[in-house]
Amino acid sequence: MEQVLNGLQFGVMLFLMAAGLTLIFGVMGLINLAHGSLYMIGAFACAGVAVATGSFWLGLAASLAAAAVAGALVEVLVIRRLYERDHLDQVLATFALILIFSEATQWYFGSVPLYLNVPELLAGTVTLPGGIEYPLYRLAIIIAGFAVAAGLFLLVGYTRLGIRIRAGESDREMIAALGVDIGRLYTIVFALGAALAGFAGALVGTIQSVQVGMGEPVMILAFVIIVIGGIGSIKGALIGGLLVGLADTLGRFLLPLFFAGFMDASSAKSVGASLASMLIYILMAAVLVVRPRGLYGARS
Amino acid sequence: MTREGWINLCLALGLLAAPLIAVAADEIFYVTLATKVAIFALAGAGLNLVLGYGGLISLGHAAFFGLGGYAAGILASQAQNYEPIASWPITIEGTTQMPVIWLVAILVSGLAALPIGALSLRTAGVYFIMITLAFAQMIYYFAVSWPAYGGEDGLSFYVRNQFPGLNTLDPLTFFAICYVILMIVLAFCSHLTRSRFGLALEGARQNELRLASVGIRPFRIRLSAFVISGMITGLAGALYADLNRFVSPAMLSWHTSGEIIVFVILGGVARLYGPVAGAMLYIALEFLLGGVSEHWQFLLGLLLLLVVLFARGGLIGLLAGERRHV
Repeated sequence: MEQVLNGLQFGVMLFLMAAGLTLIFGVMGLINLAHGSLYMIGAFACAGVAVATGSFWLGLAASLAAAAVAGALVEVLVIRRLYERDHLDQVLATFALILIFSEATQWYFGSVPLYLNVPELLAGTVTLPGGIEYPLYRLAIIIAGFAVAAGLFLLVGYTRLGIRIRAGESDREMIAALGVDIGRLYTIVFALGAALAGFAGALVGTIQSVQVGMGEPVMILAFVIIVIGGIGSIKGALIGGLLVGLADTLGRFLLPLFFAGFMDASSAKSVGASLASMLIYILMAAVLVVRPRGLYGARS
Repeated sequence: MTREGWINLCLALGLLAAPLIAVAADEIFYVTLATKVAIFALAGAGLNLVLGYGGLISLGHAAFFGLGGYAAGILASQAQNYEPIASWPITIEGTTQMPVIWLVAILVSGLAALPIGALSLRTAGVYFIMITLAFAQMIYYFAVSWPAYGGEDGLSFYVRNQFPGLNTLDPLTFFAICYVILMIVLAFCSHLTRSRFGLALEGARQNELRLASVGIRPFRIRLSAFVISGMITGLAGALYADLNRFVSPAMLSWHTSGEIIVFVILGGVARLYGPVAGAMLYIALEFLLGGVSEHWQFLLGLLLLLVVLFARGGLIGLLAGERRHV
């Protein structure tokens, strides 16, 4: 049960990353490898401000602001020139951005990992129905993640901005002709995606250490998720995120136990661990065999 | 000879001359750098086949580079410890003979490229990029978590493997081996891209429907190219393992995939000698910028960004002008 909750927590965090990526790809057709760097920026901004001011909440606000600003800047300076280019140029340019962001962060913060403390309000554990003790902070992440998911659905489904985003996905020339400033829309969407990544980075800052390169494994998982969920679909990102989060966490926990049933302890542990680390990719391959465009992918 | 032909000749001779001059000047370190260039160029030549000629952006070629490396590392370390790799159902001994190791590395990466390619090629565009990346990560995590061959710490072996009749411990001899392999592979690629197969691959990139309508299935052409490409990159990985006498999961990491793409792009996509030029430039930059600042990757990133935004076509594109139509 505790592992299921951990899986959920990991899943919603991955969703925050994947939602930004999928929005950016859906609206602008851009593959952004540097999304992990925005996550890292969020985590570092949160850690830096929290250490300086002593308040986690100020840090959280700073992480949103820093990631959004970094996202908007990157969009205006670099990404804007890449929309018309092919994917290869986008891959390469955003790969270059990763090198720049990682080295710049290392320059500024040094290579020693930072640690964040859980805010007092959310410290301690709660007793869940069934008598399980679970850290309040992780529970808060799960709730925050679902709240953001609900907010995104409302934003995309029911607001004017959301209508424009969806219109931009289906026909960008048409909405430009209708008088929507498409350049500004793109900047807003990019900053929104960046802020989501920064938020995710800040939230995990208290669970794991904050260090350079922390964004890349998460970004690759986010790729797996949007491939599973279908590119451009927020619903797909949510389902995919939860699926991957649960599969990964439960796989790490259950597979070694499963192999221990008929193997000696040490080899069961190593076989289980290696298989668990590959599990989500096997899951992805399986989804692709059945649905090459992902579970909710409709874009052709 | 065309202008590009002359440039290619200069690149080939330049790469050959550099270590000879280095030996004459008693600067053995530069021989190692040149060997690294030759190996990276080989890895890039493999990728260029699918990325350049096939138009398929694989962000997972580190998988083949690393598998080739691990094939070499495992065979060599087992042979040096006098332990068979497998004792059941048949006994498989390790080996320190380079030709055998190369063959195994090529086979292993080809066998890995077959299912990866078959699954990834079901998709196209961005999906393809992400899926090749994901498969490479899968192998990366497997290497990290599988403890038998060093896991996260990697695997080192003490003596460089042997080639019959040659002293591979001599840096210049080892460079010569890598250089000759590079030249053979480039000649093979040149022949391949001008053959019926190469034209079909080019056709699949330009217009899939039209190719299908003349009776050639794009999937098979692409899959074959993907497998050949993986084999070449795997061979480069085996040489790289021998250069360092060390393999680690870092060879499989997605940074390596990114770097191999960078070799191809810096030099020029779909140019025969593009990867050679790109690898030369990359190693030179690493060496020069590394001297300027320990944060040389920052400068590299900046430079790369400028190349993508303003100087498309890479080094050879810059020197030789537009690619002539085949």
